[in-house]
Order: sequence, then C-alpha cells, then structure tokens
Amino acid sequence: MTQTIAPALREVTRSVPRLEGVQKVTGAIEYIHHLRLPGMLYGKIVRSTVAHARLVSIDTSAACALPGVHAVITGEDVLALVPAPYYGPAFHDQPVLAIGKVHHVGEPVAVVLATDPHVAEDGADLVSVMYDELPAVFDEVAAAQPGAPIVHDVLKPAGTFADLKHLQGKRDTNVALDAQVRHGDIATGFAQADRIFDDTFTSDQVMHTPLEPMVSVAETRSGKELTIHTASQSPSFVRMEVARMLGWPENRIRVRAAFLGGGFGAKLYIKLEALVAVLALIVRRPVRIGLTMEEQFYTITKHGTTVRMKTGVKNDGTIVAREVETYWNGGAFADIGPRVTQKSGFTAAGPYDIEHVALDSYAVYTNLPPAGAFRGFGIPQLVWAYESQADIIARALNLDPVAFRRKNALRDGRPHATGTIMQNAKIVECLDRVATALGWDEPFDRGSGVIRRGRGIAVGLKASISPTTSVALVTVAADGSCTLAISTVDMGQGSDTAMAQIAAETLGVPTESIRVVHSDTDTTPYDMATLGSRSTYHMGHAVRLAADDARRQLLALAATYLDVPAERCACEDGAITTADGRSMTFRELFVKRFGMQAGNVVGSGSFEPPYAKPDAAGQSSNVTPFWMVGATGVEISVDTETGRITVDRLVTAGDVGRAINPAIVERQLSSAAIMALGSSLSEVMVFEHGQVVNASLADYKIPGMLDVPADVRAFLIEEPHPSAPFGAKGVGESGSFGPAPAIANALHDALGVRVREMPLLPERVLRAIRAAAGTALEEE
Amino acid sequence: MADGRTTIRFTLNGRPESADVAAHENLIEVLQRDFALNGARVSCAQGLCGCCTVAVDGVAVSGCLFLARFADGAAIETVESLADRDALDPIQTAFLENAAFQCGFCTPGFIMMTRELLARIPDPSDDEIRHYLSGNLCRCAAYPEILKAVRAAARERARVAS
Repeated sequence: MTQTIAPALREVTRSVPRLEGVQKVTGAIEYIHHLRLPGMLYGKIVRSTVAHARLVSIDTSAACALPGVHAVITGEDVLALVPAPYYGPAFHDQPVLAIGKVHHVGEPVAVVLATDPHVAEDGADLVSVMYDELPAVFDEVAAAQPGAPIVHDVLKPAGTFADLKHLQGKRDTNVALDAQVRHGDIATGFAQADRIFDDTFTSDQVMHTPLEPMVSVAETRSGKELTIHTASQSPSFVRMEVARMLGWPENRIRVRAAFLGGGFGAKLYIKLEALVAVLALIVRRPVRIGLTMEEQFYTITKHGTTVRMKTGVKNDGTIVAREVETYWNGGAFADIGPRVTQKSGFTAAGPYDIEHVALDSYAVYTNLPPAGAFRGFGIPQLVWAYESQADIIARALNLDPVAFRRKNALRDGRPHATGTIMQNAKIVECLDRVATALGWDEPFDRGSGVIRRGRGIAVGLKASISPTTSVALVTVAADGSCTLAISTVDMGQGSDTAMAQIAAETLGVPTESIRVVHSDTDTTPYDMATLGSRSTYHMGHAVRLAADDARRQLLALAATYLDVPAERCACEDGAITTADGRSMTFRELFVKRFGMQAGNVVGSGSFEPPYAKPDAAGQSSNVTPFWMVGATGVEISVDTETGRITVDRLVTAGDVGRAINPAIVERQLSSAAIMALGSSLSEVMVFEHGQVVNASLADYKIPGMLDVPADVRAFLIEEPHPSAPFGAKGVGESGSFGPAPAIANALHDALGVRVREMPLLPERVLRAIRAAAGTALEEE
Repeated sequence: MADGRTTIRFTLNGRPESADVAAHENLIEVLQRDFALNGARVSCAQGLCGCCTVAVDGVAVSGCLFLARFADGAAIETVESLADRDALDPIQTAFLENAAFQCGFCTPGFIMMTRELLARIPDPSDDEIRHYLSGNLCRCAAYPEILKAVRAAARERARVAS
C-alpha cells in the first residue's frame, strides 16, 4: 500500500480555514435540530421511573383525551407493526419501546405525539405506568458475579460480530462479552518479578453532552419507504439496522445527516432512529423526537469502569508481567460496549514492551443508562489505570517517571501483547516532547502554604477500528467544478475540509473550489461510521482513490485530444497540461467530448485496510492499520484546604503521521485534552436507585472558560505513516488519553497522595489529603 | 385571543415585526417558527449554556428563558443582524480567522455575548473575557481560540475607531 508522496504538496499540509466557517459564524448552518416538516408531529417519550421492573400496565387514556394529542404509542402498537422490534449494533437487545419489562430509569415506555411540542410534553405527564419492581444491580463488578440480578433473561448477539456468536442464547449472565489476550505466560512472568504491584482504579460514568441534543425526524409517503433525517455519526449503519429490523431492503430507506452540533460518540450507531421510523409508519405523518439535555443522560454515556492492574517488575524497572481485569459498566443495553471491551481491552497493558501479559475485559450489563462510544472509546479509562500505576511503580522504585516509561516503551519492531509487530507508533517521541515542553529536568515551583504544585505526565496508545469500509465518489461537472460525495459526518472535527483537501491535492484544484455533499444514503456511498478517529485514514484513502479515478479519466480524455500519452500529462489548476506547454481545461475536455457543456466524470474509490482477526488468545499478526499515540503533561495547583485542583499548564503531543490541515489537527489535540479535563476533574453522573440526580448542566459540570488552563499547547509529532493517505493518521481522540492520570500523577508529585478514582473531585482529593495526614474525614 | 395567544409587536434586527404567541412560549421558539432565525438555539433549556443568547434592548439574555410575551415593545437582535450579506461583523471575522469554533452550535451565542462585552468594555483583559464568557459553554472546547478571537475583535474595533 505504500504510495509515492508527491514532493510538493499544495493542498494537503495547508491550514485551510473550515469550508463552512462563514455559515457557522452567521448562524446559517444546517443542523437537523432545526428541521421542521409540514404536518410534522412532535414526540415526547414517557420514560421508566424505575431501574428494573416488569411492566404491569400502561394507561394512556388521560393523555389521549388531552386536546391536541394525536396519538399515544406503546410497545404493543410497535409489536403490531414489527414482530421483533429490537435493535443494536452488537446485541439486538434494545426495544423500540419497552416490551414486558424495563431495564433502567429513563427507558422509553411510550411516546405521546402532538402537533405542538408543549402538548406532547403535557400528555407525557398524563401517561400512567404500573411497574412490578425487580431487584436491580448497578455496580459492574457485582453484576458480573453469580447470583446477581439478571438484566436480560437471554443474550441476543446481533450476529454481525463473529466473536459474539458463542453468546447466542446464553442465560443467567450479565456478562455480554469476555475478551481475552494471552501473551507469554503470566505465571512465569510474575515468578521473575522482584516486586508486584496490585492496584484497582475506577472511573465514573459520564455523558457526552453534545450541545445539539440528539434529534431524529422520520417521514414516509407510502408506508413502504422511509426518509430519516438524523443528527447521526453513522447514517449507513442506521439504514442497515432499520432495514433489518423492518425486514425491508436497504434501498427503501433513506438516511441523511447535516452538520452535527457535536457528537463525541453519542450519536453513533442507532439511537432515536428506530423509534421515529416506527412512529412515522404507524401514524403516517412526519415525526420528530428531539431530546432535552436531561434525556441525553438516560440515552448514552461513557462506561464507568473498574480496572484491576497487577504488574510485576524487576528492581531495575523492567516490567516483566502484567495482568489486567477490566469491568465495563455497559448499563442496560449493550450498544457498542462489547466492541469497547474488546477493541480497547486489548490495549490494557499500555504502550509498554511486556513479555508476559494476561488481559481479561468484561462487558457487563447493569440497570444503569446504556454506555457506548465516547471520545477515546474506552482508552481513557485504561490509560487512567496503567499510567497512574506507572507512576506508583516508578516512585516505589525510586525511578524518574519519564525514564521508567522510556525504559519500558514499546519500540517499532517489537511485539505488542496481541502479537502484532509495532510499526510507526511514536510513543517515546510523544513522551519526550511533553517532558521537554514541561521542562521536566528543570527546577519547578512547588508552591507554598495552602497551595501546592506538582506536575505529571501520561501516555496512551489506541488501535484503529478494523476491519471497516469506506467508499467515496468524486464527480466532475461539465464546467470543471468538483463535488465530493461521502458519508463521513462533520461534527466539528473538520472532516469536510480535510477530505476536500485530499481530493483537491489529487485533482490539482483548490480545496475551496470543492463542494462536499453530506451524508445521504440515497446519494453518498457507504461508510462504516464517523468514529474512532478513522475518517482521515479510511475515508481519506477512499477519497484519494476516487479523486485519482476521476483524474485518470480526465487524463485519458485529454490524451486523446492532445495526442500525447496520458502518463505524460499533468492534472493541475483545473486543467490537463502537457510537457510541451499545451493545456485543456476540464470544461474544454467536456465540450470536446460531448459537443457542448454536458456530461460528468465520476470517480469512485473504496477502501478496506488489511486486518487479521485475533484468535481466542487475542493474537493477531495485524490487529490495526495504524496506532494512535497521545501524551499529556500537566502542571497543577492544589488547594490543600479544599482539595480543588487547578490545571495551570496542559501540554499534549500526538503522533499524527502527517497533518492534512495542521491548524485543525493541533486544535483537535488541545481541545480533546480540555474536554477530558471534565471527566478528569468534575464530571460525574450521580445516581440514586438508578436515577441520575444531576442530569442538568447546573449540576453536571463540563469545562467552561474559567476551567481552561492559562497555558494550553499541542505538539504534532509528524512522520508520514507509510500506509496512510498522504501519511495522515487519525487524531480526534489522542488528546483525550492522558489528562486524568497526568493530573493524578501531578497530585502525587505535589502532595504524595494517590487518588484511584476518576474524576478527581475536590472531595476525593481532600479525603486523600486528610487520610494521608492522619486526620481522615468522616465517611458520609 | 380566544386560544390564549397574544399579538406582540417588537423590532427584530431593525425591522418592525409582530407575532402571535402563547403565554408559555419562549423567544427562541418564536424566532425559529415565525422568522426562520436559527442562529440562537436551545440546548440546555435552563439558561446555562448560552447557545440561545440574543440581545433584548441591547442586553444579552438567554432566549430559552425569556418568555416571548415580554418581548412586546422591545428591540430584539440576533446573530443574523450582524453580517450585511457577505460583509461580516468584525467579531464574526475574528471568530473565523482564529478558528474559534468547531461544531459551531454554540458560536452565535459566544458572538452575541462578545458583542455585549466589547460594547461595555472595549479593551477587556483576559480575566474579563473569561468571566464575561463563563456562562457560554463550548463542548468542543475551542476556548483558547475564542479568547484569541475576542482579543482580535477588540483590537480591530479599536483600530476602526481610531
């Protein structure tokens, strides 16, 4: 797959301003949030008030009697239309509306439809649901034990993932996947160790809070076709999954997205789309469901986790064995949790060269709101554990934390725990860049009095998702203008601009002249999804191939008319030129070919990276097309009287291959790190009996202007990746890997106390400070 | 009116307008439904995120908490009032040139709040900018770029004024 990179890149590597920038600053840009269709009904979801119960009865009479209510729909109405109304990317476990039982507080039980959204809301309050409560389980470790209350009577894997097939029909378990990696012999490894460290690290469940709340609108004209307009990161998957559930061919369903007001993984796979599709088919009118911020907390979250990390080291600091057990709190529906469990689980030993590794990763059902993909796809929870422990070990052995990491870092050419030989993973380079930026070997102001200061670092490793497919189309119109049709969704990461740059580079036209058509399954070809920082690499390849296909066709036309071999022509500045100085513009080629300004040249490209499926021991010769590496360094101030941490400096280094758009790439790294300060320091979903008691931005604290460190910097570690389009890797998540453990390590550096629970809430920090001082605070 | 709707008259981005509104409807619903103005958006619906910021009689408010009936007789300005076709306001230009946004959902709110800030404090310090914009949230966390943009806008306004 190695390609020749043109010596002079004109479009790629240029910091092109976002193509849609003016629309964003004027407020004119399209979000599905704003879509209103003639005759549209607003749906308001009636949600379960209990965590686990048999559904006894639903009384909709008062709601139906409310003037303005068009209909109230329950699971029975859904069953009359769809025999098996369950959906999900990994398991078909999520009902369109509750059937027989509810599994978490907030599960959709009924929908009230009205032309006025306020009437729908009033109607929802009038629906009366009787529950017969069942014992519930909320903790991921407890839920995995025998005898725990069972969330789903029987496991129903989707069948799309081969490694889940053995779970089909399994009963009496909450473990939706148990993924393993075995490398070397763990017992031998621990026998060789001089010291063994055994720590447990937890992280709380948090939520994406995209500011454009989740929204989907469905319409049908005949009842035999559907159009779904949705704020989705994965329109191709929505089409497939709704088609499967309805038993329809995919081509009767059209799914389109616009710009997204943030996604971060919340809008992946299938969320509200199955519900609005079924509602539109039942009432034969357009139906919109838009969530409130509160409802989003009950719809999708980031996994809370418990990670037990046992590590054997030699006295010289060599890590010889690592055993990791990770419990992922998946909530009541699997969503993509089993993939998080396996795809991120296999990196749980960290970016280190360890001879003996045993990793066990468990996707666990509980009666909490569902968890799925969240920027980093599980990696931040794992980095939290292994990078916190890296400092614990280094400090115990009296080694410098940076030197300890350098000593053990996985180098290119060495086997990862999956058996895949490492290639092009700039682990040491990212680590060193951050250490240099912090002035690691220089004197440091440690504060005084109440405010003490410390600094810390962390580095994380992530595999790209594989095997996945992306397809792109490039159309050249008869006037020479170019259109790029892709299903990649721009949710703020700048993909429209980056993809246009790749097409522009290949076609020899300015990026700004290219129009990017947004995801619409009727017109844009298949893409697995916009997730896991995969678009630049996967779709980037497809776009390059499609543009190259179009370019070759233009060259072939020109070769005929200019009477020179195509390989002696160049495609630049919207024209085909020959070595002897002649040229034809694209438009002139069309006029010559069709006798007038008419016709199209259509180039297509499809890309699927090579991949070797891991065996039962998690071993694979090629587990990922590329590795993402992100390192974080922080300087913090701690108020020893309140436990409050202030991050003064936040430094990120990311291995980006080559930056297609350096300005956007740099900000992807720094903003991911700032976002991660939330889950590191303040964001936590607080539950009582499965109910989120702080499901509001008033009580759930995401970073604001005052939380941004005075000094934020990002560094690009650039070495073009040989198999990537123009050498570019994905970068959207790398900045999110390290902030939490870097801060915990800085806290230890400042005060010698270690907190093993993420986020580092002031109360947790203060308790640790007081416990270390022998004046422990009373438990609540 | 019989169904409890009231006719309100107000100035919207410099033009006299009227709308029939129900007692419970907020300003954003009316701007979107009757005037196709989508720059101000409801996100948290609690006045905490700033996505719905509009100016009422020159004061920035959270439109999601502002009952439309209270707009009767008022002068309402939205982000749509800033640009004259393709000629952007200096604040918009500064946001554009400093890439002070990613997804763009919060951007009009930040721009409207910045407009009020610079009207009150033409040359704000970083601390003043941070505090003034602390009621606007950007989940993409483009905060460092927003800070730069506000500084740049302040400089540009000073340059034009001199």
